[in-house]
Amino acid sequence: MKTKKLMKGNAIWLVFIAEVIIFTIANHNFITPNNLVAILRQVAVYGIASVGMTFVILIAGIDLSIGSIITFVNIICAYFMVNMGMPMIVAVIISVLAATLVGVLNGFMVSTIGIPALIATFASQTIFEGLAYLISGGMPISGFTSNFGFFGKWSIGILPICAIIMAICFGVGAFILNKTYFGRFFYAIGGNEDAAELSGIRVSRTKYLIYALSGFFAGLAGIVMLSRAGSAQNTAGKGYEFDVITCVVLGGVSVNGGVGRMSGVVAGVLIIGSLTNGMILMNVSSYAQMVVKGLVLAIAVGIDCLTKKKQAA
Amino acid sequence: MSEEYVLELEHIRKEYPGVVALKDVSLNLKKGEILALIGENGAGKSTLIKTCSGAVIPTSGKIHVNGKAFDRMTPQLAAENGIAIIYQEFNNVGELSAAENLFLGRPIRKGPVIDRRAMNREAKKAFDELGISIDPTELVKNLTVGYQQMIEIAKAIQQNARVLIMDEPSAPLTSREVENMFKVVRKLQADGVAIIYISHRLEEIFELSDRIEVIRDGEYIDTLITKNATEDELIKLMVGREMTQKYPERPDYTDMSQTVLELKHVYGNGDKDISLSLHKGEVLGLGGLVGAGRTEIAEVIFGSAPKEKGQILLNGKEINPRSAHEAIGLGIALVPEDRKRYGALLGSSIKHNINMPIYERISKFSVIHEKTEQATAEKYQKEMAIKTPNLNQLVRNLSGGNQQKVILGKWLAADSQIIIFDEPTRGIDVGAKFEIYKLINDLVKEGRSVLMISSEMEELMGMSDRILILSEGRVTGALEKCEFNSEAIMAAASKVVKEDA
Repeated sequence: MKTKKLMKGNAIWLVFIAEVIIFTIANHNFITPNNLVAILRQVAVYGIASVGMTFVILIAGIDLSIGSIITFVNIICAYFMVNMGMPMIVAVIISVLAATLVGVLNGFMVSTIGIPALIATFASQTIFEGLAYLISGGMPISGFTSNFGFFGKWSIGILPICAIIMAICFGVGAFILNKTYFGRFFYAIGGNEDAAELSGIRVSRTKYLIYALSGFFAGLAGIVMLSRAGSAQNTAGKGYEFDVITCVVLGGVSVNGGVGRMSGVVAGVLIIGSLTNGMILMNVSSYAQMVVKGLVLAIAVGIDCLTKKKQAA
Repeated sequence: MSEEYVLELEHIRKEYPGVVALKDVSLNLKKGEILALIGENGAGKSTLIKTCSGAVIPTSGKIHVNGKAFDRMTPQLAAENGIAIIYQEFNNVGELSAAENLFLGRPIRKGPVIDRRAMNREAKKAFDELGISIDPTELVKNLTVGYQQMIEIAKAIQQNARVLIMDEPSAPLTSREVENMFKVVRKLQADGVAIIYISHRLEEIFELSDRIEVIRDGEYIDTLITKNATEDELIKLMVGREMTQKYPERPDYTDMSQTVLELKHVYGNGDKDISLSLHKGEVLGLGGLVGAGRTEIAEVIFGSAPKEKGQILLNGKEINPRSAHEAIGLGIALVPEDRKRYGALLGSSIKHNINMPIYERISKFSVIHEKTEQATAEKYQKEMAIKTPNLNQLVRNLSGGNQQKVILGKWLAADSQIIIFDEPTRGIDVGAKFEIYKLINDLVKEGRSVLMISSEMEELMGMSDRILILSEGRVTGALEKCEFNSEAIMAAASKVVKEDA
């Protein structure tokens, strides 16, 4: 009974271990320290963004705008530093703040106006992708101070700083979910919004907070990406929402809301990260990778829905 | 297998991981008979009837339908063999007409197009046969709950149901609608349809059924001939012990000198000109028919619906709660009628449910003080006598009575002084009802005040210190304890006040 319970909560980690074993057998380069560090670097961006997305999906919402937020932050942060000559720290802070405000805007549309999250964040996805183009004129921006490499390029020993940032974000996410009353509210709202409101939770306010957090973490992810790439591109974050949603759902956060844990999402991120990496090592074409990832998303949501069906019977 | 039975369930057992929902339950149903199936909530009634529809697959046992034996049913098999279930939630499509709903999935066609005229004609015929007057072209969402249920019944009959299973059909209906439903059920019985009727209302069972089967804790207890059975006997069989009184004794705790809540000419949420006063230690009953505006006024007081005009005074001071959050802060609590949808957070634990309104209070820099959280939950679990192995149990897994106790515990944790109950014992079994009544008595004993909405006449008279009756959004009657009688309440409840010009 106990092992069964332990299994139920952590089955996703077994999937991860199985995946690692398969890739290790298939390609001897997979398990090398260099490659593992490379995986950590690769997952950092969507790992960080997945923290905010976890909150959003927990309340049965969705945030399609985070890919655009990543792009938008790339462009404005680069613009602030290169075109306006702002100091790095100031540019970073303002950019992340702007990303948070995009989240607040999403919160306004979803909570105050009542636009379904899918449409509201879809709209802001287009708006901020367009704004990024307008600011950059469609041209890449580059030429940052070498210190800006801190977020994405530097390492402490072998450990990349971006991976440390990701770990801290996961830690903060887990802390919010388990130790703060906001976490309790997220689960309550995801479980039953009406009952949550009637239990005294200010649902509208909490939703603002959640979308703002989603914007904040996407902004942070954008900074890490910009630092890693060394130049701001207008297509930087394109499609990132897909990977992030896949990680979160794969990690066991129910799209129906109310169910999920941060540790599961960490596993989801690592699975997708090593899957991408493993496929690259095995020379799987990027088109075939898309097929695989799409299947993974469908299967992850499928399992979630089947579990729900089974519970009902 | 005897010939006379149309449906026979034999030694049905259903196990879920860790629980046995049904242990060896059998049931026989004769042609043209009404069999009442009763038992407390969680006794296994719903599970049992779901084995007939194929929604639940029995672990062991046999299902005989018209002499054919099955190990399990599927929805299709059930339909082919003439078994239909009317659930509490209807399967109607609100945006379609009554006729379209009746022929949902198998419309009458003229070539490739739907023959609407024929459908309306056939629907009219079907409704007439049941003696119900529904306009076939009316959209279902515009029909009352009672008529929507009739469409479900008509649909079952259209599909040649010979066994009709009804799961608490009277729960959402007004008393007049219940009468209509009874007429239809009796008519079907006369036509030879066999009916399984599930209800918590014993008086209905006595009025309607031929035999009564009692189950308790997933076990078959007894089957009685209705005309030889007594109410006390049934209750004893259901709860497994003797129930001497229905309502616990309570001295008058009302302190008339202290008006806790006062409404002065309040308009809003469909209600007009509502005035009332609630005193310290008082249980004020709110009577009336379903839809009279009782829940609506509760929502206004609780801040979940806006007030248009008038004053709400709390301890003499005017208040204007604009959200449940504000009302809770003022010490007002609402225990809603639909506990699963609005009351409890089913997917959260008992501990989280009880602490939900006070999380902000017991947190520092938004970090929860976990010791207080645990202690609060333990305290109210004990006080409310919530039966559970541990506080991390999801509320979904509790019985109706225990869910209600969790909700009440939540409001006591929030230190609510005014507690509004909307149908406090709806869908709660007899034994747990008594416990809820005792808890209500404890509340007023401690100096809290209770506003209790109830459609059950006996409950209203048994529990209230005073009763206020609403009809069509207005107060139409007020009774002191010495004046309580059901005729006066019914008269006021069906009174219609003319609009002032």
